[in-house]
Parts: sequence; structure tokens; C-alpha cells
Amino acid sequence: MACQGLQKGETLESLKRESETLKKKLEEERNKLNDVELHQVAEKVEVLSALSIKTRRVLKGHGNKVLCMDWCKDKRRMVSSSQDGKVIVWDAFTLNKEHGVPLPCTWVLACAYAPLSGLDNKCSVIPLSLDKNENLAAKKKSVAMHTNYVSGCSFTNSDMQLLTSSGDGTCALWDVESGQLLQSFHGHTADVLSLDLAPSETGNTFVSGGCDMKANVWDMRSGQNIQSFESHESDINCVKYYPSGDAFASASDDATCRFYDLRADREVAVYQKDSIIFGASTCDFSLSGRLLFAGYNDYTINVWDVLKGTRATILFGHENRVSRVRVSPDGTALGSASWDSTLRVSWSFSTGSNYIFRFIKLLFWVNSRLVLEFTVAF
Amino acid sequence: MTINTLAKGGCHREQMACFRKMEKVIVAMQDPDMGMKMRNQRLLITVIPHAMTGHDIITWLTHKYRISEEEALHLGNMLVKYGYIYPLKEPRCLVLRPDESPYRFQTPYFWTSTRWPASELDYGKKKLKIYMYSLLHKRINHTWDFVVMQAREQLRSSKQRRKADRIVLECQEQAYWLINRPPVRSITLYCIQLYCVVHIEACRKALGRNRVKSSICLEGFLKYSEQYLNHDPIMQGCLPSNPWISDDTAHWTMNAEIVPVPTRLRVERWSFSFTELLNDAMGRKEFMTYLEKEFSAENLYFWQACEDIRHGENSKIVEKVEDVYKNFLAPGAARWVNIDSKTMDKTLEGIKRPHRFVMDDAQMHIYFLMKKDSYPRYLKSDLYKNMLAKAIVPQETKKSVFPFMRRQRHSSPSPAQTATQAAEEEGLAKGAGTRSLYSVV
Repeated sequence: MACQGLQKGETLESLKRESETLKKKLEEERNKLNDVELHQVAEKVEVLSALSIKTRRVLKGHGNKVLCMDWCKDKRRMVSSSQDGKVIVWDAFTLNKEHGVPLPCTWVLACAYAPLSGLDNKCSVIPLSLDKNENLAAKKKSVAMHTNYVSGCSFTNSDMQLLTSSGDGTCALWDVESGQLLQSFHGHTADVLSLDLAPSETGNTFVSGGCDMKANVWDMRSGQNIQSFESHESDINCVKYYPSGDAFASASDDATCRFYDLRADREVAVYQKDSIIFGASTCDFSLSGRLLFAGYNDYTINVWDVLKGTRATILFGHENRVSRVRVSPDGTALGSASWDSTLRVSWSFSTGSNYIFRFIKLLFWVNSRLVLEFTVAF
Repeated sequence: MTINTLAKGGCHREQMACFRKMEKVIVAMQDPDMGMKMRNQRLLITVIPHAMTGHDIITWLTHKYRISEEEALHLGNMLVKYGYIYPLKEPRCLVLRPDESPYRFQTPYFWTSTRWPASELDYGKKKLKIYMYSLLHKRINHTWDFVVMQAREQLRSSKQRRKADRIVLECQEQAYWLINRPPVRSITLYCIQLYCVVHIEACRKALGRNRVKSSICLEGFLKYSEQYLNHDPIMQGCLPSNPWISDDTAHWTMNAEIVPVPTRLRVERWSFSFTELLNDAMGRKEFMTYLEKEFSAENLYFWQACEDIRHGENSKIVEKVEDVYKNFLAPGAARWVNIDSKTMDKTLEGIKRPHRFVMDDAQMHIYFLMKKDSYPRYLKSDLYKNMLAKAIVPQETKKSVFPFMRRQRHSSPSPAQTATQAAEEEGLAKGAGTRSLYSVV
């Protein structure tokens, strides 16, 4: 146990001092290899052409704040959970609701495609079946138990293991079949709000972010804390890996998103703007990792150019804070959930050149009033 | 922000930071040099001094923060919503109108942040701030009686409490260091010491880490983003068309898990990294075909079996490890894999007490063997080259301009259904019971 390190004469004062000196030394070491900044390296990258991302689908049906959403592997379905105690599975493409599962707990904080967790300290897995008459809630199986609320959950590579993060300051790995705790991860000194699994080759690590302003990287096998990053000035609400697995981004209440490089072991970019005052609650990368979508508590979604550090565009539309943004598995669309009880799907109209040609063609044989109507219809 | 505060309906700590930032904006707006030009605004028959129009506010925000008008309107709305600016016409409607509607700055006494019970430590700081802001306000709105009265009130009350503040502050600072920051949990001194020790150990370990130079790491990101640019529909669109835009699901059909002929982009992606190849079901099948030709397919079978152990049910681990040993590791096994003797010895030792990660070393060895040897050769092989040549490049379909010609959006079969069918077929083939579905993933 670490308490054995406490020797006679070691007072809190001396520990404090040692802690501070080591922290400074660590910063120095990290800076030694810091020979260039990201935005400098990114100067040779082409500037993003004006992004035109528009929201075109609104999914209405929840009665209260939507707290979480996730995409299905089939790239068009999504699951969402809400404060009204329901979990709904939608086909976002056709706007149909396919399943609606009422739950006993009203704060259903997290749902990954299948497991649900919330303020009743339990994480449940619900099997989805086609029989609409079946009482799905009854088939719910309790998997994870924490001593405080469960804030986030994620299936590992298969649906047999579940990773959860909790308000009790720990993360835990569970076996779904037996509900047994396989590994627990201690190190955060406050509530853990979010976690994400690494898409790396060996698939053994994950990152978690919490109210202690730290983002920690863990080894799933040993339960060890491999790396720790502490540069945010407030609670970290969401962490997400860069698609290559070599870095991750975090969204925080201090109104910034930060980008951390795991190999260089330091923060390499801060995404902030003076006009952005409210905290970011969620973030996700586009498929190539060039764009970072972040949802904020001032109801907007800011889209950042990850490499250049600038803001590419801003999305309006939600009428209350954005609780979750997720890019669809094939990168074609962006789903967002909000406290205004709706979910929205947005996509990019950037490659609209063919529409311009159509427009010009039309110009020649249709009168101008008709043309105007059609362009508005886009 | 923790859910504990959310559930109780308060967002105290998190919002305080936002209010401070908004106050910064407000103070900047009232700066005598760079701030807003305020003038007398006419409201019916009264002339109100030091007011501004909604339009002015938006113009100022647009220039100061270099943002679009839409964003300036949004930011301005937030300032009105939280009470830092109030409308003179229709005072109940807290909305910023981008026209000639008059607005005024709210006196700091009524700022939301000052109306909340601040923590004792912030108490002293806040009172000082209010005093300073009210002075500023006073300077600007010196002719506005109400404001002057407020400021005087502030001054008087803060002077009385000053001494008490100081005493309180001293005691609080000691406790404050121990507790770090709200929300306060009862942490004993022992725990603080423990955290310190743990932190020190973590720092020491971190100091010994191998780090890579920034220039190398950052180049990596550039390369990755560039490589995947064409595969990112949000950046470059997708062929034949983005289903969400055109309502045509051809893109999803062409890129389904198993198709007779894959798309060119998909096949190209297999050459990006070994993980990409293995993660794609078709890619993995193709690779297996190639390995069979090379008589080294047992490597991939072994790797798959190890993945199954690592991610499978806890209850089946022992039996699966037995199978793997019988098929791949035992001397004279049907699909014997070539692992170096050190790893083999270690694995055989571990098998005596099987656990989830017992095969990890062996699996890693075989994985890197395939990656360094078979994979590059596969990419140069005729099998891969033919696949690439055969692959489809879908034609870009243009979206129909006429709304009545737009396609109907059809539902796709639920993944639950396809999974059940697949499981049933699997069950029939194997003659064993199907695995129950826990999700549609």
C-alpha cells in the first residue's frame, strides 16, 4: 500500500513540497522534447474549404431532456436515453421509433448501443428483440454496481464485457454474463464523468476524464494508471480518442477542448475562443480526425479544425444545452442530443458542386420564380 | 459538472465560471475607450441616458470577437437571458432584438452571480468586486439616481463586513488548501497524505517514461488526416451520394459487411494499416485466402481464437484455452503455430492457471509476425491487386431537384432481425444452441 511511503518526520508540508517539485520537473521533461507546436506543423496543410454543415432531421418523441445518444453499427439507427425515464431506439433515416423501453430510473445518463446506466448506481443490459409486445424492461439484466451513480459506459470489443465510469471516482470492467467485476481502476480523486476505449492494435487501454480536472489513461489488464494529464481548469465532461489511437480530446466546463498526444505525453492544442463562454459537455472526431465536434452548454455545436486549432464553423438549432454529439460509424452524419428533448442529425453539404450545375441547367428553361422555390427547398 | 448538482437542480460551481466570463464581456463593453458608444434612447416620451440599441450590441460583439452576426446574436441573447443586459421595451421578454430596441446594462447588484450564496472564501472577493464594478457603473451612470443609491448601499455594507471577512478568510484558507475546491467532501488528513504519496509515485513513474519528439508525433496526425481525407464524408462527401442528402441508401448497400464486389475506397483502406484489414470482415476473409495459399493460415486462426478468449464470456475461458492448446500449441497439433521458445514456455506455464489474458504474449507475437511478414506481401500480391482492379468506383448520383421526384425513405431490416437470422443459420450449421442476443451490436 502507498501508506508505507509515509515515514516518520514526513509531514504533509514536506509531501506537498515534494509533490510540487516533481510536478514541475515532469513539466520540464515533457517540454524538452517539445520542439514544435501543432499549428506550426499544420501550416503546410490546406485550409479547410468553407464547411457547410446543416441540420436536416429532428427526432422528437422524448418528453424530457435527452441525456445521451449512440449510433448503431448499421449507421442509421440510434439509441437515446432521457430524463423522462425512457430509452428509445430510432431509425434516424426514416424517423421511425422502433423500440421504447421505460425504465424505473429517471436519470438515464448513458447508453451505448445496449447497456444503460444511470443514477440508480446500476448498469443494465437490455436485449433487443423484434417482438414488439415483449416487455423488454423485464428482460433487463443488471450488470454493474457502483457505490455512486454510473456516468458512462462502453462495451469493449465484444458485447461480453462492459466498462463503466462512476461518480464514486472509479472505473470498472464487468463480465456481462455473470455480472462479475473483472477489474477496477482507482486514481481519480473525484467523480469520473466519461470514458473512451482506445482503437489501438492491442486494444488494451482506455482514457477517463473526471471532476478532478484530470484525464487518465489506464491499462485494462493490470488496472494501472499509465498516463495522466492535468491541464484543464475545470471538470472534464467528455473524453474521446483520435481515430488513430495516438491522441485524445477532452471537453471541459472551462469552455475549452484540449488535444493530448499520448506518445509525446503532453497537451498539444487548446481549442478556445473569447466568444465561447459556456462549458463544453461533449466531443467527437470526424472519421479522418480532421474535425472535432463539440457540444456546448450555450446550445451550440462548435466544429474545430483539429490540426490548425481554429474554429471551422458553428451549428445552431438546439434550444437547450447539447448533452451529446456523436459522428455516425461511417462518418456520414453527426447526431446530437439535447436538453430540449430532441435529437438532431446534421451532415455536410460541402460537395455541392453538382447542385450548382443543376441550378444553372434549370436557369435556361424554367422561369426564375420556379428556380427560386427549388433552391429554397434544399 | 457532476450529476449530484444536476439532480438537485443546481449548477453552482460550473456556472460561476461562466458568469465571471460574461462579466468580463460586460466590463469590456463598458470600457470608456474601446467599449460601446452609448447614447440617449427615447422610450415613448422619456429619454433614457446611457442606453444602446440591440443593433449596436451585435455590431460591437461582431467586431470585438471577430464572429458572424448570427453568433453575435446568440451571444448577446445569452447576456440578456442571464440578466446582464435588460430590454427597456417589453421588459418581460428577455430576448435580444437586432434592431433599434433599447437596452441597458444591469447594475452589478442584480447580477445573477451575486444573488447566489457564494462560498465563504469567495465572499470577500465578491464583495470587493461588486464595490469596484459599482464604482465603474457609478462613473458611467452618474446621473442615474437609482444606481448611485445602490452603489452607496454597497459601499456601506461592505465596509461593515470587511473586518469579519478578514478573520474568516484566514481560517478558511487553511481549510481551503486541504479541501482543494468545492464540492466539499469530508476528506480526512490521512487521505490527503495518501493522495500526495500516490501523486508523487505517479510523477516519479512518469518521469521515467519514454517520450517521442513532438515533431514526429505531430507529423503523424497530419499524415493520418491526409490519408483518410477521401474516406471522410463530412470533408469530401461520399459516392454515390451521402444517403442523408439524397435519401438513397446505395452507399450503405454497397458498403455492407459482405458484398460480392467491394468499393475501391474500401479496398484501398486495407492498405493503410494491418488493423484496418483485420477489422473489415471482407478484408479478413481475403487475407485468410491469401494465407491459405502461403500455408500460414494457422496464424490468423490462432489470432482469432485468442481474441475470442480475450473478449468472450468468463465462464468459457477455461474450455477455450484448452481448445487453443490442443489445436495450436501442443506438439504435433493440427495447426501448430511457430512461436519463439521463451514465449511458448511462458504461455504453457500460464495455461496451467488459465485466465483471460494468458494468451496475450503469444497472440502479440503472432500478430506482429503477420504484420511484418505476411501483410506487406499480401499487399504486393496478385490477389490484392486483382481485388483493387475489380473494385467498384460508384458513379456520383445527383440529387433530384424536383421534390416530387425524391425517393421514399425505406426502413432497413432491423439489425436484431439480421442477427437472429445469422445466429439461426450458425446454429443450424453447428448443430449447437445459438448464443442469446444481448444487443444488436
